[in-house]
Amino acid sequence: MSVGPVEAFWLITRRELYLSFRRPEQLLQPLVFFLIVTTLFPLGLNLQLSLLRDMSPGVLWVAALLSSLLSLDALFKSDADDGTLEQLALSGQGLALIVTAKTCAHWVVSGAALVMVAPLVAIALNIPSVAFATMMVSLAMGTLTLSWLGAIGAGLTIGLRRGNVLLSLIVLPLAMPLLIFGAAATDRAISQISAAGALYFLAALCVFTCTLAPFAAAAALRITLE
Amino acid sequence: MWTWFYKLASPPYVYSSAAALAPWFLGLAALTVGYGVIDGLAFAPPDYQQGDAFRIIYVHAPGAWMSTFIYTTMAVAGAIGLIWRIKMGHAVAAACAPIGASFTILALATGSLWGKPMWGTYWAWDPRLTSELILLFLYVGVLSLRSAFEDAARGDRASALLAIVGVVNVPIIHYSVVWWNSLHQAATVAKLGKPSIDAAMLWPLLSMFLGCMLFFGAVLCLRLQGEVLNRERQASWVRQAVKS
Amino acid sequence: MNSVPNGLGVDKVHVWRGDLHVLKGVSLQVRPGELVHVAGPNGSGKSTLLRVITGLLHPEQGTVTWCSKAIERFGAEYQAHLAYLSHEPALKGDLTAVENLRFSVGIKRRVSPAELRDALRHTGVPHCADLPARVLSAGQRRRVAMARVLAMRASLWLLDEPFTNLDAQGTELVSRLLRSHVLQGGLAVVVAHHELTLECPLRRLELNA
Repeated sequence: MSVGPVEAFWLITRRELYLSFRRPEQLLQPLVFFLIVTTLFPLGLNLQLSLLRDMSPGVLWVAALLSSLLSLDALFKSDADDGTLEQLALSGQGLALIVTAKTCAHWVVSGAALVMVAPLVAIALNIPSVAFATMMVSLAMGTLTLSWLGAIGAGLTIGLRRGNVLLSLIVLPLAMPLLIFGAAATDRAISQISAAGALYFLAALCVFTCTLAPFAAAAALRITLE
Repeated sequence: MWTWFYKLASPPYVYSSAAALAPWFLGLAALTVGYGVIDGLAFAPPDYQQGDAFRIIYVHAPGAWMSTFIYTTMAVAGAIGLIWRIKMGHAVAAACAPIGASFTILALATGSLWGKPMWGTYWAWDPRLTSELILLFLYVGVLSLRSAFEDAARGDRASALLAIVGVVNVPIIHYSVVWWNSLHQAATVAKLGKPSIDAAMLWPLLSMFLGCMLFFGAVLCLRLQGEVLNRERQASWVRQAVKS
Repeated sequence: MNSVPNGLGVDKVHVWRGDLHVLKGVSLQVRPGELVHVAGPNGSGKSTLLRVITGLLHPEQGTVTWCSKAIERFGAEYQAHLAYLSHEPALKGDLTAVENLRFSVGIKRRVSPAELRDALRHTGVPHCADLPARVLSAGQRRRVAMARVLAMRASLWLLDEPFTNLDAQGTELVSRLLRSHVLQGGLAVVVAHHELTLECPLRRLELNA
């Protein structure tokens, strides 16, 4: 009576969501960080609202990247610390499936939450509401790709001293194309020209990463578990 | 043919081959680089548009090519170590990393110096420059990751995986000038058909490319010897080799 | 070649940790209905051997076989046959005991909550079922972990120091569970400091530091 992959996927996702919602304060921290970081830019640069609008896509995206990085460290850390990661690895389900379930659950509570909060931040940055749809779609795809890149990085850096610094060092260079296209998409939407090109690129990056990253992240975990 | 491949997995064989090849590579590198530098700097005609400033190409183009070539070599060597568990693969990858990072810095620095007379700016955020900068960050990531592990074997495997993941960047660097409206000029040599550069300028450039490859070979062999000795320090043949 | 038709075979396994030669050509065979007690001083590689058998650690030399086939060829299937108990009880502090079992056993085989509570009763902690694991004592956590091993209904048990933190009653309980598992045709490899006194086919493997 072994368990099929789909059932196992849902079970692991449910486990992750239970664990996340039992510590709701930890869910809010990256979102608050997102809000704070976005506030830093207008405060530090002391810009007029119209100039702020020009910078806002970049500011939004940098803040989103940095706050996603905060929560990525915890993707595998607590499981590795208490030994449950090994138990998952020995469940007979294959690490790629386990990693997929954990990353999807992680995206739901971090990336998707970020996308929901983004309109608030957009208002603070004087982004017109006509750009919101493109902004949220681009953020959704970008944060999903970032969750996957972070899964690879987190898998490689579990248990290392200053692991979270190393994680950022590994993930940010790989995430730079996301930043470029995501900010470009939002920028075009603000200028009310077609953002299709940038969105397509972003979607391509997203699909490429979602297809290959599970295997890379599984390989990373296998290396760490040895 | 496979016996040769298996021999490559044997540390003493790798060590002795590297020791034997290094002086040859070094000598040939000196000759080709020497010719390239002298001919390119002194004898090649000045460019009709850029004048003498174009001569940075003799350092910049080979440097940039080497940065991506070495990264690919590092990723392939790491993959061999990771998939077939051949330890010499990891030794080669570890030896390559600092060399590649240095060439990347060289490419970025010489490119920046060239940018001032050619585009009026030391830096521009165009696709090729950005992806080359990302390559430098990837090298730094690979080097940092390897050194962060106390267990050297795990460090090797982790940085091999990271190198493989980052290899995606290499085609982006090469094709960025084709796919996007880049400030950076398009490929002059590495394209099908006649190269878009005069013969008198071309020969020293090709010589520099070859010279840099040979230089890389020489430095790789030297570093590889050190890597192999360090990794195999418990083995008896190492004690023999060090004594002699 | 140590291949057991339907059992576990470990053949001349070598493992290095950096410069330390932790396992030096260890071989072992376990047939259904047998228990092997791995003993040895600290640092002799007992836990490492267990991890090699789980397939998490890849030995530099040597092979591990299950039913005469190398475990690498099985992929994830091999791990479906085993239950591993490590040094840590491996429980999530924020989940209750039953939830912990549900998630770790549930991805291996379909279990009903009733079965899980039953397993907890067998290991003497039915009252802990709905308590979050972080409020349980070390001994209670170990019993919950043992319940997980029971609930998995695996044929191969790999237990690393299953008697730590247990009182005399707990030790007797685990011994009883091991005995009945082995007598029902299961296989077990147990790492333990002290001597095991069980009325079942028991072999001993001594590892030197």
